[in-house]
Amino acid sequence: MNLDWDEFIVTGEPFIHAGQISILLTTLGIIFVLTYFKKWKWLWKEWVTSVDHRKIGIMYIIASVLMLIRAGVDAMMMRTQLAVPEMPFLGEAQHYNEIFTTHGTIMIIFVATPFLIGLMNVATPLQIGARDVAFPFLNNLSFWTFFWGAMLFNISFVIGGAPDAGWSAYMPLASNDLSPGPGQNFYLLGLQITGIGTLATGINFVVTILKMRAKGMTLMRMPMFTWTTLITSLIIIGAFPILTVALAMQTFDRLWDTAFFTLQDGGMPMMWVNLFWLWGHPEVYIVILPAFGIFSEIITTFARKRLFGYTSMVFAIAAISGLSFLVWVHHFFTMGAGPMVNSFFSISTMAIAIPTGVKIFNWLATLHRGRIQFSVPMVWALGFIPNFTIGGVTGVMLAMAAADYQYHNTYFLVSHFHYVLIAGTIFACFAGTIYWWPKMFGLKLNARLGHWMFWLFMIGFNVCFFPQYFLGLDGMPRRIYTYFPEDGWFGLNFISTVGAFMMGIAFVIFVYNIYYSYRYQPRETTGDPWGGRGRTLEWATSSAVPPHYNFAKIPEVKGQDAFWQMKQDGIDPNEIVEYQDIHMPNNTGNPFIMCVFMFIGGFGLVFHWWPIAIIGAIGIFICMIQRSFSRDNGHIVSAEEVRKEEEGIREGQAHENG
Amino acid sequence: MMIITSGCGMTVLDPEGTVGEQQRDLIILSITFMLIIVLVVLILLTYFLVKYRERDGHRGYDPNIDGSVKLEVIWTAIPIAIVTVLSIPTVYTIFNIEEVPEASTENEEPLVVHATSSNWMWIFSYPEEDIETINYLNIPVDRPVLFKLTSADSMASFWVPQLGGQRYNMAGMETELYLQAGTEGTYYGRNANYTGEGFAEMRFDVNAIEESAFNEWVADVQEDAPELTQGIYDQFMVPGHVDEYTFSGTHLEWVDHAIDAEYAMEAWEREGYEPMNPHASDAPDGVPRLDIDVEAGSVETEDTQNEETPQEQDSHHHH
Ligand code: HEM
Ligand SMILES: [Cu+2]
Ligand SMILES: [Cu+2]
Repeated sequence: MNLDWDEFIVTGEPFIHAGQISILLTTLGIIFVLTYFKKWKWLWKEWVTSVDHRKIGIMYIIASVLMLIRAGVDAMMMRTQLAVPEMPFLGEAQHYNEIFTTHGTIMIIFVATPFLIGLMNVATPLQIGARDVAFPFLNNLSFWTFFWGAMLFNISFVIGGAPDAGWSAYMPLASNDLSPGPGQNFYLLGLQITGIGTLATGINFVVTILKMRAKGMTLMRMPMFTWTTLITSLIIIGAFPILTVALAMQTFDRLWDTAFFTLQDGGMPMMWVNLFWLWGHPEVYIVILPAFGIFSEIITTFARKRLFGYTSMVFAIAAISGLSFLVWVHHFFTMGAGPMVNSFFSISTMAIAIPTGVKIFNWLATLHRGRIQFSVPMVWALGFIPNFTIGGVTGVMLAMAAADYQYHNTYFLVSHFHYVLIAGTIFACFAGTIYWWPKMFGLKLNARLGHWMFWLFMIGFNVCFFPQYFLGLDGMPRRIYTYFPEDGWFGLNFISTVGAFMMGIAFVIFVYNIYYSYRYQPRETTGDPWGGRGRTLEWATSSAVPPHYNFAKIPEVKGQDAFWQMKQDGIDPNEIVEYQDIHMPNNTGNPFIMCVFMFIGGFGLVFHWWPIAIIGAIGIFICMIQRSFSRDNGHIVSAEEVRKEEEGIREGQAHENG
Repeated sequence: MMIITSGCGMTVLDPEGTVGEQQRDLIILSITFMLIIVLVVLILLTYFLVKYRERDGHRGYDPNIDGSVKLEVIWTAIPIAIVTVLSIPTVYTIFNIEEVPEASTENEEPLVVHATSSNWMWIFSYPEEDIETINYLNIPVDRPVLFKLTSADSMASFWVPQLGGQRYNMAGMETELYLQAGTEGTYYGRNANYTGEGFAEMRFDVNAIEESAFNEWVADVQEDAPELTQGIYDQFMVPGHVDEYTFSGTHLEWVDHAIDAEYAMEAWEREGYEPMNPHASDAPDGVPRLDIDVEAGSVETEDTQNEETPQEQDSHHHH
């Protein structure tokens, strides 16, 4: 690709210039701080190369929050642009188009998915009483593919130009003929690199959960979040290869003139649509099932009760995961596939409402006869129930194909999927982060700020998205950058924008809360910080932040809600007679370097700069070879060391409590 | 542009034709059910939260309840019942709107209109009347209209909310959509599926007029409007916005995009248009408004599509 310098660096847009300057300043700032405080080595040794699931989880969450900020700023810009008719804010359509494309793609691929994977990393191994995941090296690799894939995608708006064909990247719109320039290549390669890591995570967690559970933890005794992690991982293994192949085919179309999905030479654009949603629909369950798991944990903890209908909950998620592969056509009922096909997919889609309904009622029944404490994680979980129900029932409305011909591609749809993605996934990300915060950082986030954030966000969310159902019914299509006064859409759009900014402020409170709590909140001393209500094994470790080997002695499980039962039976899981050596994996710098090469290779491909692409490929291979020939048997934490550490933790607790 | 908005203010719930009416009824039915479900959930939630919140004198706490086969069967059965009840009218309507809509006129034979999208404009051909319009559509009131949809380039979606739901236009394929306007008036129609830069403005007016007025209009166009040639037509293949145009003759004489997905790209070459990176320094600002030269003659092409009449081929009917 022959590019002028001013095509390489995007110029001429004030927002983009602001972005470029702030990226430059932030980068310089980070380099300065790390150098000044001599933290480079610490960063490398303790974090970048870490194979500790908890640290990898934290890195996932931090990176996802940064991406949430990026995509959230996109959202605010779009809502500002739509606040009034013929708004000049963003200038031309092109700019809006790039923003909604990056907003949607980042939210799904670089926020929702990795945020939940981060929480899985933090909690799942602890919940099953394991010391780490099955493949710690692979876990580190997964994180770095996500990180560098995200970086590749994100630089597009300052270098080369952002993709603008929508997050669904329909062909032929996304082809070279209709989307010239490097933008769409960033989408293809950024997602490809990230997708590899997601697939690896799926495999990793299936093996971890099937193979590494503590003694006595049968499948039907697993915590609900672990169950959802398992099933989600299975969906990942089923769905992500489809994305990989589809992305590769579109990449070939764009880089090497194949004709899988093009207008020319008998390409089949509709094949892309099918492949995309064959992955895309299961993907939405990948980001909702773990959310269900998180809410199940939180609701049982703060209602102080066992989960109602555990078995039917497990069957419900299994049913949902199976059905999730049988409904993809509901994303294009309007393609005219014929009444038989549409009827089939209408009914299969509505069928998903059955297990989902069962789950809602089971959560409600869990509250019945409970002792409900309105802690911050709990209010998110309680807010989830009615808001998600609204998202769910409008989903059923969309599933009714004949009616969908009227909702499709409108704000009705936009509202629906934000109701499920925000009230489901994003509420769960906040709730889970707050719930497990003490496990990650040894303190609780401030509750007063937490409640402020919840109410502002929840109300803002409804103010933003509820009016959009009516905009949709009034014929406002999605993805338009402006509308006219005669359309009559001004009032509701304006209200919607106000709601968006309420959510923005709520998020700022969250960030402030992190700072405030770090400064002023008391440090937790026990492993069971939510008023002793903990039910599952992550709360059974000796200290608030578990030592890197998680459990000095692997607990033995006697039933569901293992830790709750231990407390009932008066068993202290950390009472240890004889300490034993613990075998732990070593840190590794290989995945980081390998993923940097993926980034370099991807960058070369984006611009058709073959030499750079080849350098990237060679680098990746060298890393693989290095890994294949390295003998790394991990290291042993001696019984003596474990004893010292555990006694230290005990002393600290005694001191605090004394 | 005139938009007819209804008393209740929502286009989709205020249809003006039999297709849209069926969809409205289905929508209203589903909204009713959904409101009930949301209400039930809200009431139960509020009740439990008030009754079982932790407080002094808390009563009824029972930590060991963990299920009830009877209750779980009940709330599995209820969603099954609701889904069943909603499936029946859904399937019925899905099938029904594929049929010719009922008409209250003696001319029940549907009018056939080919609606072709091209970035970022709409091309309407009336093969029987042998006329073509750009960016507006005249149809006789009451009489059913059969739209044959296709696209010259990106996938679009033909949608006239007050008349009925949308359907995709795809290059190299043909989809069909029946609509019918019950009352005279001008309706807002548009592309509902994102097609890039000029998408937001890709709208058209649908004028539903008396059958006699329609016939008069057709006769006038056949007589007075400039004749559509390939030279003129190719200019509409170049991405941009254009005004409303009227021609006698249709482009179906030399191309049916439902069969030939490559035509637009070939026309670009003839017109000297090349796609350009929107961030290039010499890329145009925004979507150009094209001036069409309606005098342009026919073009010579190496591969003449004219030889085989498209209608004779068995077009790739969808799936
Ligand atoms: C902070 C609150 C949010 C606001 C105010 C917001 C706003 C918007 C807006 C204005 C659009 C463009 C609508 C259009 O022009 O068609 C949009 C699209 C979208 N949003 Fe959000 N959004 C938010 C959060 C999220 C979250 C959390 C997710 C996913 C986890 C998400 C996923 C999407 C997707 C997938 C699209 C479609 C993009 C496309 O059309 O290609 N959004 N959002
Ligand atoms: Cu779906
Ligand atoms: Cu097809």
